[in-house]
Formats: sequence, C-alpha cells, structure tokens
Amino acid sequence: MRSITAVILLLGSQLVLAAGAVHEYQLDNGLKLIVKEDHRAPVVVSQVWYKVGASYEHDGITGISHVLEHMMFKGTDKHPAGEFSRIISENGGSENAFTGQDYTAYFQRLEKSRLPVSFELEADRMRNLHLQEEEFQKEIKVVMEERRLRTEDKPTALTYEQFQASAFISSSSRIPTIGWMNDLENLQLADLQSWYERWYAPNNAVLVVVGDVEPEAVLKLAQQHFGPLQPEKIVPPKPRIEPEQRGKRSITVRAPAEVPYLIMGYRAPVLKTAAEDWEPYALEVLASILDGGDSSRLTKELVRGSQIATSAGAGYDLYERQQGLFLFDGTPAGDHTVDELQQALLKQVQRLQDKPVEPDELQRVKSKVVADAIYELDSTFYQAMKIGQLEAAGLDWRLADEYVNRVNAVTAEQVQAVARKYLVEDYLTVAVLEPLPMQTGQAAAALPGGAHVH
Amino acid sequence: MFTENSTVILRFCQLLLISLLPVTAAQAIPAIQHWVTDNGARVYFVPAPELPMVDINITFAAGSARDAGHPGLASLTSTLLDKGAAGLSADEIAVRAESLGAQLSTGSARDMAWLSLRSLSDSAHLQPGIELLRDVAGSPDFRQADFERERDRMLVALRHSEQSPATVAEYTFFKTIYGVHPYGSRPEGTEASLKALSLKQVREFYRQYYVAANAVIGIVGDIDRSAAEALAERLTGKLQAGERAAPIPPVEPLHDSVEQRIFHPSSQTHVQMGAPGMRRGDPDYFPLYVGNHVLGGGGLVSRLNEAVREQRGLSYSVNSYFTPMEQDGPYLFSLQTRNDQVDEALAVMRETLQGYLESGPTQDELTASVNNITGGFPLLIENNSKILGYIVMIGFYGLPLDYLETFNDKVSAVTRQQIMDAYRRRVHPAEIATIIVGGEPKPAAE
Repeated sequence: MRSITAVILLLGSQLVLAAGAVHEYQLDNGLKLIVKEDHRAPVVVSQVWYKVGASYEHDGITGISHVLEHMMFKGTDKHPAGEFSRIISENGGSENAFTGQDYTAYFQRLEKSRLPVSFELEADRMRNLHLQEEEFQKEIKVVMEERRLRTEDKPTALTYEQFQASAFISSSSRIPTIGWMNDLENLQLADLQSWYERWYAPNNAVLVVVGDVEPEAVLKLAQQHFGPLQPEKIVPPKPRIEPEQRGKRSITVRAPAEVPYLIMGYRAPVLKTAAEDWEPYALEVLASILDGGDSSRLTKELVRGSQIATSAGAGYDLYERQQGLFLFDGTPAGDHTVDELQQALLKQVQRLQDKPVEPDELQRVKSKVVADAIYELDSTFYQAMKIGQLEAAGLDWRLADEYVNRVNAVTAEQVQAVARKYLVEDYLTVAVLEPLPMQTGQAAAALPGGAHVH
Repeated sequence: MFTENSTVILRFCQLLLISLLPVTAAQAIPAIQHWVTDNGARVYFVPAPELPMVDINITFAAGSARDAGHPGLASLTSTLLDKGAAGLSADEIAVRAESLGAQLSTGSARDMAWLSLRSLSDSAHLQPGIELLRDVAGSPDFRQADFERERDRMLVALRHSEQSPATVAEYTFFKTIYGVHPYGSRPEGTEASLKALSLKQVREFYRQYYVAANAVIGIVGDIDRSAAEALAERLTGKLQAGERAAPIPPVEPLHDSVEQRIFHPSSQTHVQMGAPGMRRGDPDYFPLYVGNHVLGGGGLVSRLNEAVREQRGLSYSVNSYFTPMEQDGPYLFSLQTRNDQVDEALAVMRETLQGYLESGPTQDELTASVNNITGGFPLLIENNSKILGYIVMIGFYGLPLDYLETFNDKVSAVTRQQIMDAYRRRVHPAEIATIIVGGEPKPAAE
C-alpha cells in the first residue's frame, strides 16, 4: 500500500504543475469573471452562466428557464433573430446552450483571436433581448418537440421524471428541467419577459473563459463589453426546504416498452447542505465503490456475478444547490424481475452498512480520482464546465481543486457512516417502469413508382 | 454511470462529427510520425508532452461488415476481449486497470473494432497498462460463461432498442439502402442471429481479423519516439502477423425510390431519408462535404434547419450528413416531429433538397460555410483525444499523412459549380429511401 500512496502523492504534484493558473475578477456591475489559462492550442472557450434554472421555478411555469434559453437566440435590436448564430459560425465558432437545475449557460468555442466576437454578442443579449410573439410561437413548438423526443417517447426518461416528482413534495428539485407539457402549452411571452428581467443581469452571471489567453487582456475585454451593463436587484428564490421524508415511497410508471426499469433514490445532502463537510465526499466515494468502473460492486456482482441485472448503476452529485438524491438504477436480466433487482440492490446497501469497504476497493477509487483529475485537463470545455457549475450553485470554484485531496482523506469508516445515515428506507423513493405492449409493426409500404427494396 | 439523469439539456442535439475539417495557416499542425511494427501493424504517433498522460488506440478491420451472415458476431467478439484474457477473469482485468487509474475500453462499428487505453504516462502506471492491453488484444480467453452472459445482455439491449423509434428508423434505413451488402445488417445482430452464434465462431472471427497486418495503432501523449516504438512492439507482441482483411465489396446504388412506414407507439414520427453516399478518400469528398455543410450540416445556420426548425418550428433536430466509410457510407437527412405534422415536415425537407439540387449554394452561403470550417479548424485538433481520433482515421483509411495540412486549402478551393456538379451526380431524389417510424396522428391538445 505504501508504494501506491507514494505514487498518488507524486501525481498530486504533477496535477499542480499540469493545471493552468486561474484568475478571478469582479466587474463593478457585479459580473464575476474567471479565467483559466491553457496554452496547449490556440483556442478559447467562453461560457456565460446565469444563476437560474429549473430549481428556481415554481408550479405553472415549469420549463421557463429552458424556453428562455431557446429564445436567447431570437435576437436583440442590434442583432436580429438568427444573427448570433450566423456571426459565430462565420467566425469558425461552435456554440450551444444548456439548462440544468441550477443554471442556464451559453458557450462559444473559438480560435483565440475571435474572443471579442463572443463577448460583444453575449453582452448584447445579457440585457437587450427583444422577445417577440411571432418567434415565441415557433420556438415553443420546437421545445415541445424536444420534450417529445427526450421524455414522452423514452420510457426510461418518463420514469425518471415521475420518480423525481415523487421524491420531493415541496422542494423545486421535483421540477423537470424541460417542463411539464401542459405548462409549456400555457406559457406566455409575458412570463418570459419577466423571467428575463428578473434573472439576466451581470450581477447574476459568471463569465468563464478557458484557453490560450492572457487573463489581464480578457479582463480588459470583459470591461469593455460587459462593463457598461446595468446590474439588477436580484431577489433570491425562497428556500422551499423539503419536509422530512417519513417513510418509503413507491410508484409505478406504465408505458409502452420492451424492458422493465428500476430507479431508487435516497435523500442525501450536498456540499451546500451537509451537516459535516466530509459527508458529501464520503458519498462520492460510496457511489464510486458501487459504480466507479467495471471493477466496482454493481457491475462485478450484479451484472457479472449473480447476473440479476444487464446493467446497474449508482450516482450522486455533490455540487447541487439543494438537497439531492443518492441514486440507483438498473435493468433486470432475462429471467429476473424488477423485484429481484431491487432486493439485490438493497442487499448491496445493507452490506455497505454492515461492513467497511475493503482497503483495496477504497484505494482503487482514490487512484481513479487522481488519474481522472489529470485526464480532465485534456478538455478545456470540461475545465470551464466545472468552474461554472460550482459557481452557479453558489460554491467557490476552488472546491474543484480540493476535490482530490478531500476524496483521498475519506476513510472506510466514513463511507460506512454515510451509508448508515442516509441510505435508509425512510428516505427512499422507488420507481418501476412496467412495460405495456408495444404493438409495433410495419404498415403497408407505399412505394411510389412501384419500386422495390435493394 | 447513471443513464437517465437528464437534468442538463442542450439546445441542439450533439451530433457526431462526421467529417474532417481543415486548417488555418497559423495553426501548428501535429506532425504525424508513422512506422510499422516487426509483425506488420501500422503505427501513427503524435508526441504531446504537455500533460502526463498517454492515449493508445488499436483499431482492426474487424467491424460488423465482416459478420458474413452472422449479425452480431463482430460486436460480441469485441465485447468479449476484456471479459477474460491470459488467464485473468473479467473481474481481474477490471481491477488491474482501475488500480492504475487507467481507462480501458473496447468498441466496434461497421468498418472497424477497436481497443483503447488512457493512462498516466509515468512508467509505474503506463507499463502495467500496456501489459494489460497486450493481453486483452492478444490473448483473450473467450470462455463459454462469459460468451453466454454477454450474449444475453446483447439480447436485452436489442429489446431495449426497439423502444426507440429513432433506432428502428436507423436500422431499417441501413437495411433498405444496402440490402444484402454487408452494411445492410445490424451490427447489434437480431434475436435469431444472436441465439445462433457459437463460441467457435467468435474464436474464428478473432483469429482471422485480430492480427497485426489488420491493425492500426494510434498513440498520442507524453512519451518520446523511442518509447512509443517500444510500446507498439510490446503491445503487438502477442498478435499473429496474419493478413489484412479483404476489402469490403463495393456498394450498389439504389435504382428506385422506396418509402416505408412503420408503426410505433410514439408521439413523434422519425424520418430518415437518403441513399448510399460516398467513401473515405472519395474524389467528390470536398464538394460534397462543403456542400452538405450549407444544406444541413452547419448546425443552426443550415438551410434545412432554417426551413424546418427556425421558420416553422416543426422539429427540434433536423440535419443532413454524409458518413464516408470504407465503401460508400450513407448520406442521410433526418428529423422528428409530432405525428400529425410528418407529411408537412417531409415535404419541406424534400423541397429544400430539390431547391438545392437545382441551384446549389449561393456564393455567400458557400463563403460562410468555408469560413466556418476553416476558421474552426484549431478546435478540431485542440487536445489529445481529438488528435488521436484523426490519426487513427487517417491510418485506418489509408489517407495521406499530410491530410490535415492540405485540408484547409482543399476546402477553400471548392466552388459552387463543383458542389452542384457533385450533388447532381451523387444525390438523386428518384433513387432515395424514406423511412418513416411513428404513431397515429392525434390532434394536439391545445
């Protein structure tokens, strides 16, 4: 064991050498700018993160953050609909946007000299979006198509959505990011206008730039484009703390499907809410013991060993804004039932509570975390994502740098302790996808021109 | 990995980058070093000393186009490589890799099957990682119990895929445009074909195709040339020299148009429309690639996206692309829309194609696409994993080593006339397959 520890320490120092310097600034209007240098290639990624997402929403307007994200491409007075994307494209850029529980983010990836193009356009739409009824009527249809594609026609996604809404009663963690269909159908342009005015301001945003750039030059550029923007009075959302769960919840989702599916989730704290700040790191290790790779317990014992499952997973995210879930999911193998799979997963939980994890298992998790921290440096986009995600959740980006050391400090006893404290039946919600017959089949083929198939 | 935690949603579908893009003059192009191992494996190497890590990929011409009437054989063979090798069980292989913090994986597609390893570059981590990869690639055990378990998992995955109208449309599309050509069968196999597979077939498939003469090795990372040479020799040390796989037979073009509607209990209908397109190294590659960028490949600013999504709100994701393969891979137009809108969406898609065939891109459209492709080139070779993807592709398809260096010029040289000419010769609306998978039209609840 000693030699492995020595290697980890050595790699820790390699990590420090390999990672670029990070510079943090704040403009007078409250915009936070974080620049990370990575000089390997003449490229830059720029991301604007707004602190608003599904967890800021309430019943009746679910999905509004994501719809607004779509509308952000529909023009300002200076750059009408379509211009943003056209200009970025002509400059060799690729762009996109994404919405999560705790954030709405916009990004461009560019050759480094084009960064001013991105700043000019992003600054413009931060305060000057021109929401128009005609564009909205078309785009809301696109979002509904997106919901059909992602959720309505995917039995596992449908199950997850209903699971999430059952695991929480009061907390906005229950809200699906894409929004309920009926809320999308009843969304108004005026709703979007007030949502935009409420959250889109420099003092509610974080600008993250990673790439082959000079931090001071980026600061000057940011001051030039974003500096003149007026801040807004931001009223944070109500806390909506979830009442204590008092017993296991179970739901069934019946939908046309071929294969059953199981999700289990235990209420669990995140870094922001944990009583002890080592607990989320112990939960991270726990997730990795179960599902950190092919050698971890769920694949080894349920997929390859007992062959109860064709797939089984576990997951946990410590960087969310609100209390989250420690998740399990899986699909039973041929002759096995969802009930058998659930019992097998519960047995895994029981074992984690009864016995500390083995030293070599713990060591593997730590080796993986150290190596992954190096591998992550190969992607500028990922590095920017991590900074943005933390900041959007109201956490300090420096926590990402602490991650390796904090995970390395977790003991087998701590893993057992969080398993005993949080993976308990009273905090459990279970959702089962019960397949209905699919009735698929080929309709009469229409063959214009009397063609035949080759 | 938790599969359905879909809390993050992108505005646009992330599409696989199908084609190679070009170079700006200022960009330092990685010099690709190439040599052949003692037993005949072709090696492509780019040193990247910035990060203490190494990426290795071994690709064999051992994809499902070699299934020879046994769909699923290539895929199952690939899956079994790391499930038991040199006396190590699947558990032991996984423990060894993960103790090193290494990422070991296998995969397959129609043209190829591959193994990859991402490792830290210090020898205490890299050397044992290479030994493991050498065993997995060079002496898999193919035990009966592993064979049966993995085949059962493939059978469940197959049933799972029937839930997806997109997947049904895709495999039907390939079957329709390729017929009995090896590209026409499903890489995942069918229920009947998987049940009929034997371990003996897997062993024979492995023996024939997982040989040095049939292998391309890509290495990118923090090692020097002599270490890379030693690595490649070590890695291939257990492979038989063997012979290169015979070329995949040429593809017959479609001679008529075909339309097929398949019922699926979904709220959307998925449309896939196209025909055999072009191969890697095709003389029409550049006009077709740049031409498609204007038509449906340029993401949010393409003609198709403008007509179907931006102007009419009919689809979340609509695009077109060519997938160049060893032989003519498909060109494909796809969209998905609410069931009752499918005829309208399909008509718009067909009109857009027809208009493009008649008059091609405008000069402004062409300039904009060329600017996007050439201006974005530095992003495509910005990191180790992207460079690895390119050198393996160049090696596998036998493209010239200066491919990246000359790409920019070739893209910039494409003219409107070349695009129109290539499209008229290669894309024929009267010889096209249209696959439509979805549910009954139902009035929207509005």
